[in-house]
Amino acid sequence: MTDAELFAKLQEVDARVVQLPNCRPLAVEVPVGFLLAFMGKLKSRPDLRFIQLLDHLAMDWPEKNEFELVYQLYSIEHDLLLAVHTRISRESPYALTMSRLWPIAQYQEREVFDLFGILYEGHPDLRRLFLEDDWVGFPLRKDYKDYFMLEMPE
Amino acid sequence: MSLEIRTLSEIMNPPQTADSPLSTQEYFVNMGPQHPATHGVLRLVLKMDGETIREVIPVLGYIHRSIEKMAEYLHGRQIVHLTDRMDYLSALANNWAVSRAVETAMGVQTNPRIETIRTLICELQRVQSHQLWWGVLGLDLGALTSFFYGFRDREEITDILEETTGARLTMNYIQPGGLMFDLHPNFVPRVKAFIKYFRPKLDEYETLLSENVILQERLRNVGVLSAEDAIGYGATGPVLRASGIPLDLRKQQPYGVYDQVEFSVPVGTVGDCWDRYWIRIEEMRQSLGIIEQLIDNIPDGKFMEMKPAAKLKLPAGSFYLQIETARGSLGVFLQGTGEDIPHRCHFRSPNFNNLWSVTKTAVGGKIADLVAIVSTLDLVIPDVDR
Repeated sequence: MTDAELFAKLQEVDARVVQLPNCRPLAVEVPVGFLLAFMGKLKSRPDLRFIQLLDHLAMDWPEKNEFELVYQLYSIEHDLLLAVHTRISRESPYALTMSRLWPIAQYQEREVFDLFGILYEGHPDLRRLFLEDDWVGFPLRKDYKDYFMLEMPE
Repeated sequence: MSLEIRTLSEIMNPPQTADSPLSTQEYFVNMGPQHPATHGVLRLVLKMDGETIREVIPVLGYIHRSIEKMAEYLHGRQIVHLTDRMDYLSALANNWAVSRAVETAMGVQTNPRIETIRTLICELQRVQSHQLWWGVLGLDLGALTSFFYGFRDREEITDILEETTGARLTMNYIQPGGLMFDLHPNFVPRVKAFIKYFRPKLDEYETLLSENVILQERLRNVGVLSAEDAIGYGATGPVLRASGIPLDLRKQQPYGVYDQVEFSVPVGTVGDCWDRYWIRIEEMRQSLGIIEQLIDNIPDGKFMEMKPAAKLKLPAGSFYLQIETARGSLGVFLQGTGEDIPHRCHFRSPNFNNLWSVTKTAVGGKIADLVAIVSTLDLVIPDVDR
């Protein structure tokens, strides 16, 4: 299936998807409010069957005041790769958990919570993953400061 | 919808309930972080009921080095030098994954010689990695001999790779646009000699450990991971294939010269520790076959397609490329903004995703079973923590 064919299928699922330019594999953006329903259909539709969540990550865009969440999906049956992007505001970084669709999402979301501070509603066990429980701040945010980080000389 | 941020101490110290003042039923045991059977600094908090495991809580971060943060300040060619510290047993495959992502983002073409050497050297390292796993598996289960056998034969490959790459463990050889240097003249004859040496040794491995009754009893029907759970928990590589899913990126989405060589993908049926054991033994045979097919057919050409000083400007866009390492699919995500450093670099590490199936499979078993399960998952902890 080519990228164009796959994108046409995704538009059947939800007309609000937008294709992102210059990405590999095919990347689409979905408004965060429809994300969970969209993902559920991606997983269950027999012509898509994205049953494996390969990866979940976040990106920080301080100048746009946004976090971008990325889900990398894989369909074993049809050998399809797809990246689903969504954007949430930096002030209230809330997203819905995907752990009911893919159990692994629970742990990948814990990593993102630990490093970015994204709060996943409905998450069964939201804890720090790599850092200690009393760590202050979220290190992968672009504005993270720590005492050992050096300033670039002028 | 609830949102509550918890801590580990809350889980380990639950409030005492009135009807059980003695609280003698369930207790917590720390396995690791310094435990020989966890292959590094993995800490497993076990909720025990007598000798039976009720819950496994992996606690990570003892070797977290924030490689992803560091990568946001480095060029594609420099990121390669961090990746060998993640999964040190598949250092060259990690190099390759980053190189592929950068090459795809920039649209760089490589020549057949580069791709053949990359394939060849990664297959050598796959054999080397499985040899170490085999030796350590025996050690975990109480058979010291296999450890010496595994390391003796691993030494042969380490010597071959040391001649070419200059390092014995943290190897950096593949870089965006090609290789760092050409093959050592001794490489081809020594690899041929190694294959001749190792094929009978592999059969010896089977008679030494595989046919051992104690090993079979320890592995068969222990830690059964169903196909559904394996997919749901994000397992890849031999762990997924042991559960009966014939998914191998070398076949499914061929890269390098894997589409020009013949090999088969071993698939398990039960998904227990024995299947994971058997698959890795068989993979070593297949890898030797791939090396045999390629070693006489290395095309001529340049070993580097870009000028070493050329700037690697990543175009705006997100790129996610995968590669099959000895442990599963390693994905590299790069977000470019038109500058030479990525806005975000993320590694989908196979070990991180393979680890979590242990919270499912070890429950209801004994600690001795957990040792076998963790050993057959073949975890490299620096890759889990990154």
